Amino acid sequence: MEEKVIVCKDLTKRFGDFYAVNKISFEVDKGEIFGFLGANGAGKTTAMRILCGLSHPTSGEAMVAGFDVYKQAEEIKKNIGYMSQKFSLYENLTVLENIEFFGGVYGVPYAEIRRRSDNLVQQLGLTAEAKKLVGALPLGWKQKLAFSVAIFHQPRIVFLDEPTGGVDPVTRRQFWDMIYEAAASGITIFVTTHYMDEAEYCNRITIMVDGKVEALDSPANLKAQFKADNMDEVFYRLARGAKRSGD
Amino acid sequence: MSAVTLDHITKTYDEGKVLAVDDITLQVEEGELFGLIGPDGAGKTSLFRVLTTLLLPDKGSATVRGYDCVKDYKEIRKRIGYMPGKFSLYQDLTVKENLDFFATLFGSTIEGNYELIKDIYEQIKPFNDRRAGKLSGGMKQKLALCCALIHKPEVLFLDEPTTGVDVVSRKEFWEMLKRLKQQGITIIVSTPYMDEAMLCERIALIQNGKIMSVDTPANIMAAFPVKLYAMKADNIYKLLTALRGMPEIDSSFAFGEYIHITLKDDNIEALRQKVEQQGHTHVDIKLIHPGIEDSFIRLMNQA
Repeated sequence: MEEKVIVCKDLTKRFGDFYAVNKISFEVDKGEIFGFLGANGAGKTTAMRILCGLSHPTSGEAMVAGFDVYKQAEEIKKNIGYMSQKFSLYENLTVLENIEFFGGVYGVPYAEIRRRSDNLVQQLGLTAEAKKLVGALPLGWKQKLAFSVAIFHQPRIVFLDEPTGGVDPVTRRQFWDMIYEAAASGITIFVTTHYMDEAEYCNRITIMVDGKVEALDSPANLKAQFKADNMDEVFYRLARGAKRSGD
Repeated sequence: MSAVTLDHITKTYDEGKVLAVDDITLQVEEGELFGLIGPDGAGKTSLFRVLTTLLLPDKGSATVRGYDCVKDYKEIRKRIGYMPGKFSLYQDLTVKENLDFFATLFGSTIEGNYELIKDIYEQIKPFNDRRAGKLSGGMKQKLALCCALIHKPEVLFLDEPTTGVDVVSRKEFWEMLKRLKQQGITIIVSTPYMDEAMLCERIALIQNGKIMSVDTPANIMAAFPVKLYAMKADNIYKLLTALRGMPEIDSSFAFGEYIHITLKDDNIEALRQKVEQQGHTHVDIKLIHPGIEDSFIRLMNQA
């Protein structure tokens, strides 16, 4: 049996009479690249916050990396990585300082941080920039560094919230190479994106509409199911019917 | 007369250390829907801020409707609408208050140019009394567009109006732009989404402060100099890795469910055989027309 890294069943988050997340159920396998799509306001961020151990669900069940979101949120946080377009690194720290800081926060022993950070900086081609402030780096480099930092402590799962927004098309593809590599090493990837070509790079995709999971399958199967040529069309058909809009 | 001209504009920051705009020359014609296409940091916002008279260029000159962006800034400010990339309305004023405020600032009223904003405003009118800070992303975007239009500008500058907005709202937004264009307003819009380039009449592809190409989307795509193939197999990542190591491959990059490739010598059948011999299964290859993103990547790699 394949190992399940995320299991959620009827997961619900209610704010007053508003169901931000309404009985969603899905499972994610180890090493899978799982795309989490939906229009603005569909409930993606709320669901992601629950899975990261940052918010309690109202009802339903969810296990992340083998831990219960109700009782073991702290254990979950230790076993996941997170990066978003909005916040990922401290701009006023250097490249190496950021690696040390996040490595330290996640409990990687200092000697190991030192050993591996030189390696990492070299792999990223940032040797000359290692002692420069992150704020001075181009966006694409920042995002690649942020991803490396998010998986530096070798988490079971990494959550990526629109990691490639605004990044140039070449760097965007280099970023996906890194995602593939991480997935091949056994890290599960949970990713949101507004780029529909990136949806195609995922093993499986969910599309949320108005708090519910309206579609869940491989890109090829979804296209067949909706008789669509590309994911853009699949997404448009599903999301167009949405009643909610928001952030 | 061109609606907007840029003549050898250069802009640096941080005492010349950061080159944001590098010797850009460009014209946008009257009534045109013109796109600045490029990633974050390409220099799009700096160009907008020079044209909207909010930033002085280091070198070069620029005009809007014939007025100089440095000398005649007061004239320009009356004639343009500007929607910055960052939401810049008053968060603690309501929808209606924001709109009233911007109308008054330009000596107009909401009723005065109601026809122009009607389509857009009516979608947010139910939230007239809600504070702008409490609106959803899509509604903020619509309010910002209304505020930029309320004085009936001759030229409209929209800096990444669709960034972070989902596919459905993006389509709606572009529909609104088309209708505005029909009213004769010149529109300059920037976007990091290559697919939106197709919706503009002419586009400039920008990277690192330089224009790589300016033309109609169709001409830019037609100028792609070599044959472009799309290829896939059962294990796409393994295929991509294999292709990268092959000397006959000129370029290869992932593109949705396919890999787009160009060859040094156009022998695609030889490549198919080679790939199949390497054990890749269900190999599918087809000749395709390049898109804007293909052109952008090729131009970037040449730079």
